[in-house]
Amino acid sequence: MRPVAILGIGQTQVDEHWEKSLREIGGEAIFAAMNDAGLEKADALYVGNMLSPLVNGQNQLGTFFSDWAGLWHKEAVKVEAACGSGAAAFRAALMAVASGEVEVAIALGVEKMTDKSGRDVTAALATAADADYEVEQGVSFVGLNALIMRRYMYEYGWKHADFAPFSINAHANAVHNPYARLRESITLEQFEKSAMVATPINLLDASPIGDGAAAAVLVPAEKVNALPGRPRVLVTGSASATDTIAVHSRRDPLFLSAAYQSARRAYQMAGVGADEIDVFELHDAFSIMSALSLEACGFAERGQGPRLGLEDQIRVGGRIPVCTRGGLKARGHPVGATGMYQIVEVVQQLRGECGPTQVDGARIGMAQNIGGSGATILTHILAVG
Amino acid sequence: MEIPRHWRLKKQRYALVGEVCPHCDYKIFPPRDVCPNCGDEAKTLYTFSGRGEVFSYTTIYEAPTGFDSMAPYTVALIKLEEGPMVTAQLTDLGDQPVEIGMPVEMVTRKMRNDGDERGVIVYGYKFRRRV
Repeated sequence: MRPVAILGIGQTQVDEHWEKSLREIGGEAIFAAMNDAGLEKADALYVGNMLSPLVNGQNQLGTFFSDWAGLWHKEAVKVEAACGSGAAAFRAALMAVASGEVEVAIALGVEKMTDKSGRDVTAALATAADADYEVEQGVSFVGLNALIMRRYMYEYGWKHADFAPFSINAHANAVHNPYARLRESITLEQFEKSAMVATPINLLDASPIGDGAAAAVLVPAEKVNALPGRPRVLVTGSASATDTIAVHSRRDPLFLSAAYQSARRAYQMAGVGADEIDVFELHDAFSIMSALSLEACGFAERGQGPRLGLEDQIRVGGRIPVCTRGGLKARGHPVGATGMYQIVEVVQQLRGECGPTQVDGARIGMAQNIGGSGATILTHILAVG
Repeated sequence: MEIPRHWRLKKQRYALVGEVCPHCDYKIFPPRDVCPNCGDEAKTLYTFSGRGEVFSYTTIYEAPTGFDSMAPYTVALIKLEEGPMVTAQLTDLGDQPVEIGMPVEMVTRKMRNDGDERGVIVYGYKFRRRV
């Protein structure tokens, strides 16, 4: 396997893009990434998306986007792993280039969620869970996370307010990200008084959906030279792991074993440990997921994830800055696109393009994307090199 | 309309029929072909008692399509007496608050209408406070 570099990145703002179609937002990210890479052609396109058959009535997104982007006759395919689709597409592109089979690959994450009503989207999102034994009971995707959070609070004695720093940090960082959906800071009081979605998860524990797309261009590292002000960004670690599809089938529903497994393998591949990660874009679909990810990846002891927030360790300048561009909570969570936003944001950090939320001297960054309630988890480590 | 699917699941929905592993005696629900405990093949049917306790619970205010007329309703993870966990709605709750550790038992209830008012009525398990 040969080393792979990320030559270009592109993204659209996460928003309710009423005037733009699935085609247009996906195309925007592809063209932005190609432009950033200084390339006009690619050999293959890997599209991460979860909901297009249910929400947009469109399948075969590989060809759908290769056609739109002018990549006629090229290989193109969709990769689906629920909310983990973005990183799954990135990993497919990475393996294609690393293997020597493909020279220039584009990984695109795209989701157009506002073409259906909120209830229909809630039902579509629930298809990530077990249709026969979870969804049939009326449990929403938020509901599954709420079941985990309630038990976690019970076992470890945390109060709801103890999770506030995750959301407050994400919103504070999003203020400085022009691509974020919710560019406004929030207070502890707002967090506590927010409307209930599924107890104990309220609106400010939960990430907002949205329309969005983000893309990256991957090429063999040997073809890329660092330019002045533009360091070369390498993909040094990549791993994917799974858990049971249903939360009720897990021996321990309070531990993200797929996060543990994929992080462990990614650390090993990159030859680094948790203490060497400068910035971590984690999958904060719900505040509880931030705590569980930090624990599974070796940043906190079991049951102690919220402590990192309460002790101010997750902000830019802290021990492990997370969600530096707003995270899912405030940048927004266009589900199948999210994993690619995380990759793009880590590249921005390593290039030093993050303005007020730039992590000083960031050289190694990690992105972790979760499909379902911990069922598919992909971890990527990027480094300046 | 998903009639074949509802029909296929009737043993599980009406009688909580899972499996017992013939190799390690591990009790399995929902049924699956590989025992999660020992990794051997599991296909021996086993009917659960329907008794268990609440492991966790949530009240859902924003429900998916098909369930919105019932909101708010309470869904729980139930730890069955025989070991496995099941996701199910709690019913007949009255005014008393739900608590983790609360003993519950399975009952058969209407789950929802499949499709419009002419659709199949889906029945299945819910759990109530043990009486």
